[in-house]
Amino acid sequence: MNLTLKIWRQKSPEDKGKMVEYKVTDISEHMSFLEMLDVLNEQLVEANEEPVAFDHDCREGICGMCSLYINGEAHGPDRGITTCQLHMRMFNDGDTIYIEPWRAKAFPVIKDLIVDRTALDRIQQAGGFISVNTSGNTQDADAILISKHAADEAMDAATCIGCGACVATCKNSSAMLFVGAKISQYALLPQGQIEASDRVLNMVRQMDLEGFGNCTNTGACEIECPKGISLVNIARMNREFLKASLKG
Amino acid sequence: MGILSSSIARKVAMALSAFFLMFFLLIHVSVNLVSVFSEDAFNTASHFMGTNPLIQYAMQPILLFGVIFHFVLGFVLELKNRNARVVKYYKNNGAANSTWMSRNMIFSGLVILAFIVLHFIDFWFPEVNYKYIAHLPEDPSRYYGELVHKFENPIRVGAYVVAFIFLALHLLHGFQSAFQSMGCNNKYTKYVKSFGKWYALLIPALFIFIALFHYFSH
Ligand code: HEM
Ligand code: SF4
Ligand code: FES
Repeated sequence: MNLTLKIWRQKSPEDKGKMVEYKVTDISEHMSFLEMLDVLNEQLVEANEEPVAFDHDCREGICGMCSLYINGEAHGPDRGITTCQLHMRMFNDGDTIYIEPWRAKAFPVIKDLIVDRTALDRIQQAGGFISVNTSGNTQDADAILISKHAADEAMDAATCIGCGACVATCKNSSAMLFVGAKISQYALLPQGQIEASDRVLNMVRQMDLEGFGNCTNTGACEIECPKGISLVNIARMNREFLKASLKG
Repeated sequence: MGILSSSIARKVAMALSAFFLMFFLLIHVSVNLVSVFSEDAFNTASHFMGTNPLIQYAMQPILLFGVIFHFVLGFVLELKNRNARVVKYYKNNGAANSTWMSRNMIFSGLVILAFIVLHFIDFWFPEVNYKYIAHLPEDPSRYYGELVHKFENPIRVGAYVVAFIFLALHLLHGFQSAFQSMGCNNKYTKYVKSFGKWYALLIPALFIFIALFHYFSH
């Protein structure tokens, strides 16, 4: 198929940037979206132009590096996938496709379609861990009994790959689905209890400091999340936060 | 903003003020509904609400505070959220993943606010003037006539209907949203959502019915 692409080009964080139009031809419907961009970049390199910079790594939906706001949706029109898992068969011959970087004040553009998502790392560093003694007398994790239900829910929360689609898609640029998932994966397990209060207070404070917006429960994040992280995790974070705040 | 400096604290405060407003709405519609059935009963109920010191000097200031708190915090949230995305998308397909109501709480809220201002000019200012400024003699049978008189004007009735349609839109998202904000999302959530839909449609529909009832029957 032949496509018209309108892609955000921005040389550097300081550059103003603009949408630029490109044409690609003979795109196979079996290609992934990133492979289609590879074709475009080969074309650009041959023409001695600067290729379009975009993030990617595993190309199998597990690392969370690929991003892209495609035709007004995070990771494009399909559901439960990352951009590397998006197939060109979702599009039709002659389509015009808009490709933009994640937009949020907390995710500044580095170049073209690549944004700086280290704000999510800093939130994680503020409390998304447990402290264990690794000096040789570490307790066997299986010695602590955990209900199947709690283990399953914690595992579901832990599947978040930190891609940032929730932030990109949220009209408020809120990171609460990500933070809710990261808090839940510990809040549901006995190992997470000891540092529970500090964790939620510190992670939420860091989230606010990074300049993410306030959730208004539109639910867009849950729909666009490649891992199906549920709003239940945001509610759990709110409860954890209330509990920790009331304890003082 | 002290206690409201955290994003989640603001969400919770928003939800608490919203719960309070939704409870108030229930009382308000109940009293109004009485006017459909009996002139005397409506006068009695209104006289009680208008002269009971607990309602006048405790509930009324709390209500006033609650309304102002809710919309001021609503504006603060909206501004903060707009600031969280400086460069907007060229193409954004919001309808793909969220309802119109959820994306436009500030607009439905603004329409409600405009209505509240009109409502104050219509009912509350004359009422305060009657009781506390002009100190007119209390007449327990005046309320029904005042109500009916207000609903003679088709423009006012029209504005009333439009405002309550927007209240319904506000509540269609807001009711269940307030529960989520408070951290309630569990096996009962599907019942909360369906009850919320009923509440969001029924309460405004009753207000509209009462207005139209008086408009057409007098
Ligand atoms: C009787 C009148 C009103 C009622 C019953 C009401 C009810 C609600 C409810 C239930 C919510 C959801 C709360 C949550 O998600 O935690 C809400 C949110 C909101 N309201 Fe109102 N509201 C009223 C008036 C207003 C007014 C006058 C404004 C002024 C602009 C307003 C602006 C907002 C905004 C912006 C939100 C979204 C904030 C958020 O979800 O975090 N509301 N309202
Ligand atoms: S919650 Fe979902 S959308 Fe958000 S960062 Fe995690 S995987 Fe990505
Ligand atoms: S490149 Fe790893 S998830 Fe897409």
